Amino acid sequence: MLREFTCIICPNGCEIQAEIKDGALTSLTGHTCPKGEAYVRQELTDPRRNIATSVLVQGGELPLASVRLTSPIPKARIFDAMAEIRKVSLKAPVEAGTVVIAGILGYDCDVIVTKSVAAKG
Amino acid sequence: MEKRDVIIIGGGPAGLAAAVQLHKKGVKNILILEREHHLGGILRQCIHDGFGLSRFQTTLSGPEYAARFIEEVKRCQIPYQTDTTVLEVSPDKTVTAVSRAGLVQYQAKAVILTMGCRERTRGALGIPGERPAGVFTAGVAQAYMNLYNRMPAKEVVILGSGDIGMIMARRLTLEGAHVQAVFELQPIPSGLPRNIEQCLNDYNIPLYLSHTVTQIHGDTRLRGVTVSQVDGKLKPIPGTEKEYPCDTLILSVGLIPENELSIDAGVKLDGRTRGAVVDEHYQTSVEGIFAAGNVLHVHDLVDFVSMEAERLADSAAQYVAGEPLADCPVEIRTDENISHTIPQRVSGGKDFQLSLRVRRMMKDCRIVVRQNGQEVAAKRMKKALPAEMVQFVVRADKLVSEDNLEVSVEC
Repeated sequence: MLREFTCIICPNGCEIQAEIKDGALTSLTGHTCPKGEAYVRQELTDPRRNIATSVLVQGGELPLASVRLTSPIPKARIFDAMAEIRKVSLKAPVEAGTVVIAGILGYDCDVIVTKSVAAKG
Repeated sequence: MEKRDVIIIGGGPAGLAAAVQLHKKGVKNILILEREHHLGGILRQCIHDGFGLSRFQTTLSGPEYAARFIEEVKRCQIPYQTDTTVLEVSPDKTVTAVSRAGLVQYQAKAVILTMGCRERTRGALGIPGERPAGVFTAGVAQAYMNLYNRMPAKEVVILGSGDIGMIMARRLTLEGAHVQAVFELQPIPSGLPRNIEQCLNDYNIPLYLSHTVTQIHGDTRLRGVTVSQVDGKLKPIPGTEKEYPCDTLILSVGLIPENELSIDAGVKLDGRTRGAVVDEHYQTSVEGIFAAGNVLHVHDLVDFVSMEAERLADSAAQYVAGEPLADCPVEIRTDENISHTIPQRVSGGKDFQLSLRVRRMMKDCRIVVRQNGQEVAAKRMKKALPAEMVQFVVRADKLVSEDNLEVSVEC
């Protein structure tokens, strides 16, 4: 079976054609770097994605601090992760890089703040 | 009047990168003027990741990418002033700005234009119908959600397949809205393939090409839109109308360089990019006024904005030091397959980075630069898309004369 993938690892967005026999990858064309092959292998077994969202900040000069995952999680768990992140509320000041949830949903993946928010002056 | 070597207008990715690079080159008497309360520009609301792969070899969110430059600006103690709006730049490089402290004028040796771009709005499209609330550009919806903690939508239709529109389709879905579909007037998507994959396909949001919104309904809040298929000339086909009940229409229909200040300064604009005409030094038609980033031509990737601004800073530093910049008499011309190039003029004596976009999708082609019919540079493309800016270096030692350069696509 021939399957087509658009690689999402970088903005090149390579179109990769993968030949799959009995669930195993037999040939790959269209990728321009090794990350493309790794992406397709991951997509075939366990597609993963990163997500970005925000958490509430109390007493900050902004109402929200943006957050992201430090590594991708299984695609099917994205909305579960969103529900966990939605429970978080921080007190200003908040520093970028702060871990707000360690090992979300039991994965080897943290939720970190990506924007510093100063206390309301 | 206060004197500065360089005034940078806009503290977004282009302005910040230019400032840091100027400082590295020994230019210290700089001032960044930023109209918002924080530095960082549009990156502050682009909380998704995928920034920085070219510039920093790692994937960052927008705020993290901006912070790398902001921290550098602070570490180098480069002066900046936020909450300050520039009202006018004159051809003699007098910059007039206003802030809470009042009106200030600066005399600059060089002015760097890094004001970025604006979104096209409903008014620019002329969509018929009523004028209810609930019609937003993608960037406005993004600011509501990511900066102000306001959820602007429940049932959503998106017009235009620009990258921000697709990113907002995902963002709205993650926050519990229902995005029914993305409609694109053109027969090909205007955003990057990876965003179609990770923002639409991942969330089962359909993308309909050759479709547009032909009617907007609702008296106070949007009630729905009519969508029609369009023909090869982009005209709606009668009889194909379909109603989509929704409370929000998000527009992601293009970006326009914000050049009001440039026009006042006498800077010549290019009708194709709607940004300045620049030479290989990123100098505009007015001596000592430079431009880079989205105010010059709309980019797909912030990495390329930063790197362009850094190249600009190298020449601006030279200019401020009193070393003359080489004349640029060689024009870069394009065939009908190329929409535009940056720069538009070069000296012929120095290697330069050529940035361009193609007008239509072409497969297995070469983008070729010729001088007197002779090939002087080329880039092979497996697939060339209008959505993806093409960049490559043209080497001066390959040039054969001082005649104009012709850029074309050869299939």
